Formats: sequence, C-alpha cells, structure tokens
Amino acid sequence: MAAASPLHRSLLGAPVIGGAAVVGFLIAWWVSAKSFDPMRIPQPGDVWDAAVQLATTGYAGGTLAQHTLQSIMLAFMGFAVAAGTALPIGLAMGMSRSAEAVFGPIVAFIRPIPPLAWIPLAIIWFGLGDGAKIFVIWFTAFVPTLINTFTGVRTVDPTIIAAARVHGAGPRRMLLDVILPGAAPLIFSGLRVSLQASWMALVAAELIGAFFGLGRVLMTAAQDIFPGMIVVAMAAVAVCGATMTWLLGVVERRCLPWLKVTP
Amino acid sequence: MTMDMLAKSDLRPVRRRRGPAVGPGARLTLLSAASIAFALGLWFALAASGLLPKMLLPSPWDVAQALVKNIGVPFAGATLQQHLLASLGRFSAGFALAVAVGVPVGLMMGWFAPFRHAFAPFFETFRFIAPLAWVPFAALWFGTGIGGPILIVFSGAFAACVINTYRGARMTDERLIEACRTLGAGNWRLIVDVLLPSALPSIMAGIRVAAALGWQSLIGAELIVASSGVGYLIVQGQGSVETPIVMAGMATIGFVGLLIDLGLRQIDARIGRGWRAGA
Repeated sequence: MAAASPLHRSLLGAPVIGGAAVVGFLIAWWVSAKSFDPMRIPQPGDVWDAAVQLATTGYAGGTLAQHTLQSIMLAFMGFAVAAGTALPIGLAMGMSRSAEAVFGPIVAFIRPIPPLAWIPLAIIWFGLGDGAKIFVIWFTAFVPTLINTFTGVRTVDPTIIAAARVHGAGPRRMLLDVILPGAAPLIFSGLRVSLQASWMALVAAELIGAFFGLGRVLMTAAQDIFPGMIVVAMAAVAVCGATMTWLLGVVERRCLPWLKVTP
Repeated sequence: MTMDMLAKSDLRPVRRRRGPAVGPGARLTLLSAASIAFALGLWFALAASGLLPKMLLPSPWDVAQALVKNIGVPFAGATLQQHLLASLGRFSAGFALAVAVGVPVGLMMGWFAPFRHAFAPFFETFRFIAPLAWVPFAALWFGTGIGGPILIVFSGAFAACVINTYRGARMTDERLIEACRTLGAGNWRLIVDVLLPSALPSIMAGIRVAAALGWQSLIGAELIVASSGVGYLIVQGQGSVETPIVMAGMATIGFVGLLIDLGLRQIDARIGRGWRAGA
C-alpha cells in the first residue's frame, strides 16, 4: 500500500488500476443487479435495451440525436448570450472605476440568488418554451464570466499597461493588444465555469418543464419508472457536459498558445 | 471554485485618473447609489405604469408584503419559516455527509496513488452528471423521504470537497513530508498531522463552494419533487401565479445562502486564528 513516496506520480499504474476498478464495478453491477428490485436498480441488459430504443425508435417524443441536439443548441445559445453580455460588462468594469461603481452593486444583489431559483419566475415570464431556458442559463452563466473578466483585467501587470501607454497605445490597441491578452487566461477559466453551469441549469430547467430535450427524457423515464432509460439519459447528460468542456479546452489552447493549460 | 478564490485576490487599479474636484471615492459611492436607485426606481415605475400585468411584475412593495404575510399565513401548506426549516434540515444532512466523505476521499486520493488511480475514472465520469439529473433515481430509491434530498445535496457538494482537498494535499511541501518520514511518522500521522493542516485553506475554500452548490441543488430538487421547503414554496407560487410569493421566496433563498457562506467564512477565520496561535 504505502509506496516509497506516494506523492510522486506513478503514471504506469494509472490505466491498469483505473481500468481494473471500472471492470470490477461493472462486474459487481452485473452480478448484484439480479438480486435487487429491477424497478430500482436496472440491470445492464435493461440499460442496453433502453439505449437502443432511444437511439432508434425514440422515447419521450424524439430520438437520442434529436433530444441531444435540442439540449446542446439551447445550452450554447444561453451560454452565448451570457458570455456576450458578461464579457463587455466585465471589461468595462475592469477598465473603469465608474463602470464598476454602476454595475458592481447590481451584480452584488443578484449574485446570492442561486440561478436555479430563477426557474419558476422564468416560467411565469416566458412559459415552458426555449425563452425561459435561455433566460435561466443567462443568469447562471453570467456571473462567473463577469467576475473572472473583471478580475482578469484588474490583475494585468500595471507595468505593461504603463509601458504601452508610454509607447503611445490608443484605447483600441490598449484593449486588443494589452488588456485582452493579459486577462485571457482568467476569462477562459470563467467561461469554463460558465459553460458547465449552463449545462447544469439547462438540464434542471428541462426537468422542471420542457417539451423536448434530455431533461425531458429523464423526467419521462422517472414517471414511467424506467430505470434503464434514466441511466441512459444520465449518461447522455454526462457525455455532453464532458464534450463541451473538452471543446472549450481545445479553443482555449488555440487562442492562448503561449500558455500551458492545465485542465 | 476559481472565482471565489479570485474574488479574494488583491484588485489593483488599472489606471489612476486625475480626479474631479469631488473626491473620487465620494463620486463612485454616489454612482453606486444612483445605480441601485435607478434599478429600484425602474422596477417601481414599470410595476406602477401598468405596462406589464401585476401578475408578471409585482412592485417591490408587493414582494415585501408577501414576505411578511407568509411569516404568519401559511402558503403551500406551511409558513415561510417552516419551509425554510425543512430546507435547512435537508441541506445540513446532505452537506455534512458530502464533507464527511469528500474530505477523507480527497486526502486519500492525494496520498495513496493506487486509490487515486482506482477512484479517478468514476470521479471524472460522475463529475459531469448535473446534480439534478439524480432526481429521478432519488425519487425511485427514496420516494419522498429525506434520503432523496440528501442524495441531491450530496451530489452537488461532493465534487468540490474532493477536488479542493485533493489539490491542497498535493500541494503540500515535499520537504515537510520527507522530514516527517525521516522522523518515523506513519501514513496515519502524515495524513492527519501534515496533509490535513497544510491542505486546510484549500479545503475550506472547497467547502464554501460546496455549500453554495449544495444549497442551489437542493432548491432545484425541491422544485421538482418535494412537499415542503423554500424551493417547493416558489414552485407552488409559480403554479398559482402568485409572483410576489415567488420573488419573496427567491429573496429568502438568496439571503439564507449568504448567511451560510458568512457562517463558513467565520469558521474559516477562526480555524486560521487558532492555527497561527498554535504555531
């Protein structure tokens, strides 16, 4: 058990031990599922059947591809709206004390309310359609990007800013060539938090009321007491969330080639 | 978690302007006050103008009245404080469980490589499942009992506890570990007397994030399956289009979230002080 120095990475063992743990878990599930109530713990076969059904004939009003596409599209739209508003406001707040004084207190008031608590109000205002979801995602994803952009701008090395000014950089060059690149690492970590939160908020909003989407599949499966389908929908949620985070990481490495990004 | 750590970081001015005759501080305070006044005024004016039906946008005054009224008169089966107590009970149970399991797991992952390798694939998979996606299983496994909400709060709060503990443990100064090894400390002593204290600031930051996520997940879960709690209160308010109740509930949720964070920050500060005094 006690390796010579466990804090040193022993990467060699990682895939083997990890793989063994996963295989062990699957075998344990396979063996033990039969002794549980199938209405509570699905058997691996049930999950497979549910996955096939969802992928081919469809469930809860659509196939896996349709539900997934709808959810991903909505999440991206909400995320785009949030990033598109939070970035400019965050930059303004970072660069001007006055803008900070104007927007700061409003953000401070809204921030403590958990984004998911906006869902009932969003339903009253926008109904069960896409508008309500985009609204909720906007509230969820806005704050992380805003705060990180603001902090990113504020932590740009003042010497660099002074140097740029001495060399005669105008506001435009200052923003594009000095502030944005300097703040970019923090902005990206804000975007990453925002994207994950967007996805979470969307699934929540779809669970509470939707006509379509992965959350809808989850809720329908819960009402039908179809545990196999619940597992499939949860897996789809996880795969989409992981893929989105991974994609943003790729974009980040493209945009910031000078940084060694640690995911 | 990044943002909360960042929020504490030192904010330096980007540039110093030659201020106007009024002190810059006073001018900024004035701007902030004007901003809040404008937002509130806009809300009042919109609500009073009748452009939007009262059902959609009640005035701040209506919301305050709904809040006060709900303390005495039950809505959705209970008064505001009863709903709040129900929510807080569930939150505490799930949160305590997440901390009690998450911190040791994080320490183990930081210390024992085999444990880390075995646990990581599951952790990386489950991390991406939105906490509320557990609601269907919570309902199947526990019905409407306390187990369901605990599972949801746990799934919301667990990851932040594990990740921050793990990172804190990994950042422990190698020299400290080697020194303790040389002096003959075993695994147990190393974990409890070296890793835990050195990871504590990171752990506390993680616990604060976990509390916020857990509280939010609970509210979300109460929107879907519950027969009490503040989440249930606001979703019932939505069902009967009692918008003032919904907004009053939201304000309560936000306020309690702030109090939870304040309490944790207090604990953090106290631990920090005790540490310095002991050292």
